[in-house]
Amino acid sequence: MEKHKLTACEIVEEIKHSKTDSLTVTKSVMDRIESLDGKIGAYVEVNKKGALERASLIDKEKQKGKLAGVPVAIKDNICVKGELTRCASKILEGFRPPYNATVIEKLLKEGAVLLGKTNMDEFAFGSSTETSAFKVTRNPWDTDRIPGGSSGGSAACVAADETILAIGSDTGGSIRQPAALCGIVGLKPTYGRVSRYGLIAFASSLDQIGPLTKSVKDSALLLEVIAGYDEMDSTSVNREVPEYIRACVNNVKGLKIGIPKEYFIEGMDKEISDSIKKAEDVYRQLGAVCEEVSLPHTQYAVSVYYIIAPSEASSNLARFDAVQYGFRSKDSQTLMQMYENSRAEGFGAEAKRRIILGTFALSSGYYEAYYSKALKVRTLIKKDFDKVFEKYDCVLTPTAPTPAFKIGEKMESPLEMYLSDIFTISANLAGLPAISIPCGFTKHNLPIGLQLMAKPFDEETLFRAAYSFEQNTEYHKKRPQIK
Amino acid sequence: MSSEGKYETVIGLEVHLQLSTESKVFCGCSAKFGQSPNSQTCPVCLGLPGTLPVLNEKVLKYGIKVALSLNCEIADMLKFDRKNYFYPDLPKNFQISQYDKPLANHGYIFIKNEQGEKKIGITRAHIEEDAGKLVHPENKNFSLVDFNRTGVPLLEIVSEPDLNSPEEAYEYLTALKSIFEYLDVSTCNMEEGSLRCDANLSLRPAGEKKLGTKIELKNMNSFKGVKNALAYEVKRQAQALDKNEKIIQDTRLWDEQRGMTVSMRTKEEAHDYRYFPEPDLVPFYVDKDFVEKVKKEMPELPQQKIERFTKKYGLSTYDATLLAQSRHVAGYFEECAGILKDPKAIANWLNSDLAAHANTENKRADELGLSAENLVGMIKLIKDNTISGKIAKEILPEMIKTKKSAAEIVKEKGLAQISDAQSLEKLADEVLAENEKTVRDYASGKENALTFLVGKFMQKTKGKANPGLANEILRKKLGEKLKKKNDYRD
Repeated sequence: MEKHKLTACEIVEEIKHSKTDSLTVTKSVMDRIESLDGKIGAYVEVNKKGALERASLIDKEKQKGKLAGVPVAIKDNICVKGELTRCASKILEGFRPPYNATVIEKLLKEGAVLLGKTNMDEFAFGSSTETSAFKVTRNPWDTDRIPGGSSGGSAACVAADETILAIGSDTGGSIRQPAALCGIVGLKPTYGRVSRYGLIAFASSLDQIGPLTKSVKDSALLLEVIAGYDEMDSTSVNREVPEYIRACVNNVKGLKIGIPKEYFIEGMDKEISDSIKKAEDVYRQLGAVCEEVSLPHTQYAVSVYYIIAPSEASSNLARFDAVQYGFRSKDSQTLMQMYENSRAEGFGAEAKRRIILGTFALSSGYYEAYYSKALKVRTLIKKDFDKVFEKYDCVLTPTAPTPAFKIGEKMESPLEMYLSDIFTISANLAGLPAISIPCGFTKHNLPIGLQLMAKPFDEETLFRAAYSFEQNTEYHKKRPQIK
Repeated sequence: MSSEGKYETVIGLEVHLQLSTESKVFCGCSAKFGQSPNSQTCPVCLGLPGTLPVLNEKVLKYGIKVALSLNCEIADMLKFDRKNYFYPDLPKNFQISQYDKPLANHGYIFIKNEQGEKKIGITRAHIEEDAGKLVHPENKNFSLVDFNRTGVPLLEIVSEPDLNSPEEAYEYLTALKSIFEYLDVSTCNMEEGSLRCDANLSLRPAGEKKLGTKIELKNMNSFKGVKNALAYEVKRQAQALDKNEKIIQDTRLWDEQRGMTVSMRTKEEAHDYRYFPEPDLVPFYVDKDFVEKVKKEMPELPQQKIERFTKKYGLSTYDATLLAQSRHVAGYFEECAGILKDPKAIANWLNSDLAAHANTENKRADELGLSAENLVGMIKLIKDNTISGKIAKEILPEMIKTKKSAAEIVKEKGLAQISDAQSLEKLADEVLAENEKTVRDYASGKENALTFLVGKFMQKTKGKANPGLANEILRKKLGEKLKKKNDYRD
């Protein structure tokens, strides 16, 4: 039996009833990685020895926990004690954190088995995983195409059954967009729902850690494990964590879904808009109410995002200065040379572009016109959603404007690349929970995803709506044939 | 008119106060001074990737205490900002500080000056984190960095440009230190860096409204250093202005050894710190009840103490101010005043002789080892005419050194005052006989001749004569002599 094809919920059941054990599952996943990852390139580090040892220990001690024995892959920007954690950047060469991120502590407490680190866009700057300093990650549905990004490695390894669960991070769509492009489930929780302690920051006011999974129930299960208040993160919210798995009910009768007209723009991929229309029909047939709504400030989201996110990033990335850890350029004679050479050689082009953008936007004389104004528009975007959520339970949109594109296709045009996140950015700006689930395929057999957004801390509505869709469609059952 | 008198000096001070909380401002590490390098660090204060700051509530409490003591308005909302600049002692390459919404605004304190008292405005006070320390080993091509100080809480207190002389700046610092000592929020040690001071200074022609070009002064390591650096700058700028030279706006370092200031950077080279709101610390409302609670826990402050001392003990404002400078000295005074109901005499001794002793030993008067009982005991001996004030002054060092009471020392050395009139009269006769010229001066109306004779009299008795009695007897004897003379003339 190919255990790597199972979902986490299935594995938990099987282990509970002694039908399998963690070592068997972990071995199966490791074999899959060994046979396939040369093609996919999802991982930047695989800790085979550590994973197998932990799996046998969990079996031997019959460890309990919500994820007892379940393998999980971790995005390279989340700190795991003693393990290379480099954000797919040369500048973090050799960096092994002396501490675990809070989500890692929580995963370990619930019995998860960590497999290794997944590839990503350098410091999560990108939508294709191509800005990684280490390697290219390929889309399991078409290995000439990108898996999306920045959590491209996490999405690809879930889609290719090279893991059971994966953890990613989402600043402007970095979980949802690759999930859509790889045909899996990706959730960005409410800002403050999951501790960011140990997540190497890109844009602190937007970043959120979340699950990438094969099913909606797995997403709920994994969120249940990683969510919760953390005294190490002042932005985490002290609010009880519901049993999300119980929210996975197949019933959307009376659910009020808003369809924002601003998300159906002229010139958008017809296969995608058609899939979303079909999804609307599915919901209607299931008894939900779908109505057009308006989020009038949507058109400003990308501009606002590309001021706020790089501004915060420019400050967050200042610490990579070659003083304490990471890459240090050789042969620098002065402190300034050490800074300049190390950062010039250590950061890739996109990282430099964003640092310069952010530094400019925060400069004296420009701050008011850019950063300060962007914050004001951010508030307006949030208010748009508040208004819609007075009447509607959730909002349905496409996740990405296009299916997976060819490797290299958009690397010469940063602006075109930035538009990949056009539908996902608003949820980050407004701090809302949002989920992407499979809702169709293009004629070239590339996955299409739909996005649902809900009120802050109403992940339960997302799970209910997503689970109902999943249970009444077949898209999630289709697996990629990896060539 | 001296060249300096032509100009008005305008000074504003920026004081960085290290708060003596047990742990750092954004992590749980100890904030203790003087530990071995990098022994008091954790991923958070090392600024390691992925770590986040969490505010230490004690820092807020101390900050509010200081704000209240400086009569400031306390902000409704606590908001932090990032100040971005690269330096190896700053592991995140940004400092968490407060920019547009400081903890406290619009305060004031009173300082002593030549006219008596002066109100000095406090512009603002805000919370920030301290940086680490660079160590440069000699003859090595590398530097080392110690992160123990990184994240130690600081309060930056900015004054209005209300100070008009280096002396006023000195008094302002003294007053601040006194307040902080009362609050017990900092060790206020400039040499250890727990209190640091930068100054802004400009000169303008007396009477002119527009401020002159401002320079910033750094690197002063003591209150005296601040005063000297400012005095140097006043002189330098006055001379330049006399010669119609333009003052260049710059930041200057005080060179203590050479006793001069040196330009560090001009305005053109100034940093753009790219301040923006710290996204890792959510702004929060400052709980009014919390502020009220802190208010209730506030100790009596120097100004209140001065008022109470003048009222309760009938002290002059001058004496009360001196005593109140240190809460320890003030406490010592009250202990003494509880034993002996002569607060004025106690204050006199504390503010003059004991203060002088303390000064030479670099201690406070209450730290000299002289118990309240012993000080009061000595004053009692003066009051009941057992010893003179002069003798008391002489035995004071021994009392401090040996911890013996005044009575013991007086007994051992036979220093008790001669108060018996008969012996004194005999001695007075001798004095008058030995100083006939002065007696004649006295007769011709020179009053200070009497002072001279009293001096001679005291010399003869080695100071043991009761000065009041001596005076009285001499006057009487002289009167008798004069009368005889007049009789003769008649």
